[in-house]
Amino acid sequence: MTSPNTNNSSGSNSDLSAIPLLEIVDLHVNVEDKEILKGVNLTIRAGEIHAIMGRNGSGKSTLSYALMGHPRYKVTSGKMLYKGQEISEMSPDQRAKLGLALAFQYPVSIPGVSVSNFLRKTVNAVRGRDIPVKEFRLELKALMAKLGVKDEFLSRYVNDGFSGGEKKRLEILQLSMLNPSLAILDETDSGLDIDALKTVSEGVNALSKADTAILLITHYQRMLNYVQPQFVHVFQDGKIVASGGSELALELEDRGYEWVTSEMQETPGTGPNAKTSSSNASPSPAVVGAK
Amino acid sequence: MSADLAPALNNKGLPESIKSESNKSAGLEGIGNDYKYGFSDKEDYIFKSGRGLTREIVEKISAMKNEPEWMLKFRLRALDIFNKKPMPTWGNCGLLNDIDFENIFYYIKPSQKQETDWDEVPEGIKNTFDRLGIPEAERKFLAGVTAQYESEVVYHSIREDLEKQGVLFLDMDSGLRLHEDIVREHFATVIPAADNKFSALNSAVWSGGSFIWVPPGVKIEIPLQAYFRINAENMGQFERTLIIAEPGSFVHYIEGCTAPTYSTDSLHSAVVELIAKPGAHIRYTTIQNWSKNVYNLVTKRAVAHEDAKVEWVDGNLGSKLTMKYPAIYLLGERAHGEVLSIAFAGEDQHQDAGAKIIHAAKNTTSMIISKSICKNGGRTSYRGLIKVYPKATGVKSSVKCDALLLDDKSRSDTYPTMEIDEKDVNIEHEATVSKVGEEQLFYLMSRGLNQDEATAMIVNGFFEPFTKELPLEYAVELNRLIQLEMEGSVG
Repeated sequence: MTSPNTNNSSGSNSDLSAIPLLEIVDLHVNVEDKEILKGVNLTIRAGEIHAIMGRNGSGKSTLSYALMGHPRYKVTSGKMLYKGQEISEMSPDQRAKLGLALAFQYPVSIPGVSVSNFLRKTVNAVRGRDIPVKEFRLELKALMAKLGVKDEFLSRYVNDGFSGGEKKRLEILQLSMLNPSLAILDETDSGLDIDALKTVSEGVNALSKADTAILLITHYQRMLNYVQPQFVHVFQDGKIVASGGSELALELEDRGYEWVTSEMQETPGTGPNAKTSSSNASPSPAVVGAK
Repeated sequence: MSADLAPALNNKGLPESIKSESNKSAGLEGIGNDYKYGFSDKEDYIFKSGRGLTREIVEKISAMKNEPEWMLKFRLRALDIFNKKPMPTWGNCGLLNDIDFENIFYYIKPSQKQETDWDEVPEGIKNTFDRLGIPEAERKFLAGVTAQYESEVVYHSIREDLEKQGVLFLDMDSGLRLHEDIVREHFATVIPAADNKFSALNSAVWSGGSFIWVPPGVKIEIPLQAYFRINAENMGQFERTLIIAEPGSFVHYIEGCTAPTYSTDSLHSAVVELIAKPGAHIRYTTIQNWSKNVYNLVTKRAVAHEDAKVEWVDGNLGSKLTMKYPAIYLLGERAHGEVLSIAFAGEDQHQDAGAKIIHAAKNTTSMIISKSICKNGGRTSYRGLIKVYPKATGVKSSVKCDALLLDDKSRSDTYPTMEIDEKDVNIEHEATVSKVGEEQLFYLMSRGLNQDEATAMIVNGFFEPFTKELPLEYAVELNRLIQLEMEGSVG
């Protein structure tokens, strides 16, 4: 298993890194008057894959919802710049049109709306033009074959009665069609058996190009065996408390999250108030191979 | 089962960002603002009765139609019943009691005779039907059409091959004139004049409507359509439809209706009787899109004999107040009845609709699916009855009603009644009330759809079990109408 982006770190990609794709500065987010994100700093450049790891309830998913513009996730202070543009006030559809896309942890069902109809309407909306039916079909069929999605999928209602694995495949199929410049994957690995994890991971790797980036939010290390991030961030209590290269994920797997908490107190550089971004994190040259 | 499910809802307001978004498009708000059939034509009539209902008007209608004596007697008896019967004391009584029976025109004859060629239809009326797309629909996908304007059918056609097979498809007046025996045998046998106040009114002043007789074993594969148009202000339209399907036959009949938008009210009060003889199959589809000043108080009932099947596919989008509960009497063994309905209520609208199924024989089966949506303070009610007679063993029935609220101002109620007098039956009832979910909207918007597009997609999906039963052309039109209604709708 190889990742095409392993050598594509920010350092070797100075042209594209002039303006970061995403720049989050001291972001605070409330959900129903409760502060969940308490000062997140994160910079993602084109060509990069970032992983955010952390315990349940640490605020990882909140970050993904806030980025995509869920109306109940309110930014109280800080900045979210996408390609240099502030997106906090934008509606989710405006953000989608700018190139953000979120693969949901728990995608909702839309009864009565077929997958094919849904895909056509949404892809046309994001691309801003009506793709001819034939062209659309060809593109879709090719991606479905890659992701191991059967034809009968298309006539089913969106996520209605889908198994966990089917939902995740549909999320990745959607993202593959939408072709976002920043794909945010929220716990995409949960609920997948090992075969599904492999095909879905291949789909995720295909999203990664020189001019796109991936933000992978996960609880476990296992997906990182297939999708290899250059940057790993540890989330705790609404903040990034540690950042490192892919070796950090393995270390977390071995030592658990408790270790970061204690370590963090000893190394003020990665402490709560440190600005954590790809430029000051040190990506490891080591390739994290599949076990 | 709670009669009023609305308070059980999640009453959380919509998110601020969504509210502000829809305020921007406030100019598009409100059902009916996009009503494209609200235009009216100049009145140029052969005959227009005075306002109000008298014995003389009933006699005049009958005389102008040159009716047999028994029909005149039937009308006059019905008039007596109408005058004696009190107004219903259920439903939306406030709105019902606003009807001013003295202010209505009960009979308007728009043209001298009925035509079979659109070019012969008086210019103004023909233009109206052109604008409504009726001649085009006829050319494309219908086996026969009648077009009723005010009280009379002004155009009528049927495909030659059906005529050769003996199918009768006429307006009700011609049906009575040309096939008096068949009419007399069946007319008012399913819905007697005394059934309710509005069936009595219809029986007294009925005019127009369709008469269909399908010979034994004849299956009409493509639909017959009738189109009803009210033009004059304060018009009362009282069409009368009778469909008789002889054993083993099939017919699909579609009706559509529109009216101009006026500041004062019109009344549409039809009576529709269906008779499905053994092994026959009748499907009756309605897309009701009256303007918001029309009272739509319709009595629809079918009887299904042994092994027969009746389906009411009933779409209610327009009108001020609709009260309509298509009924099916399952009289013969193994008869099957279905009522599939949708209702859409916007500002100043109340759709009080439902279904009644009477299981009067063994092993009869039925299904009711009712879907309603309300927004901008609109109101929908589901009112239904399932009745199983003693000894009607082996009955199966399922009822499913779903209501979707688009905002906190709107209201939906469910009034299901079950009268089950037999133990060996299988009855299922399920009712849900939900709101367009924040999570569904967010999901669709995160995929690039704006709020109106996302809402329309959810609504179209909600109505899909209904839409998929429509001929394609109607399904497309219905989806388009819903799209229009959804523009700037969530607030």
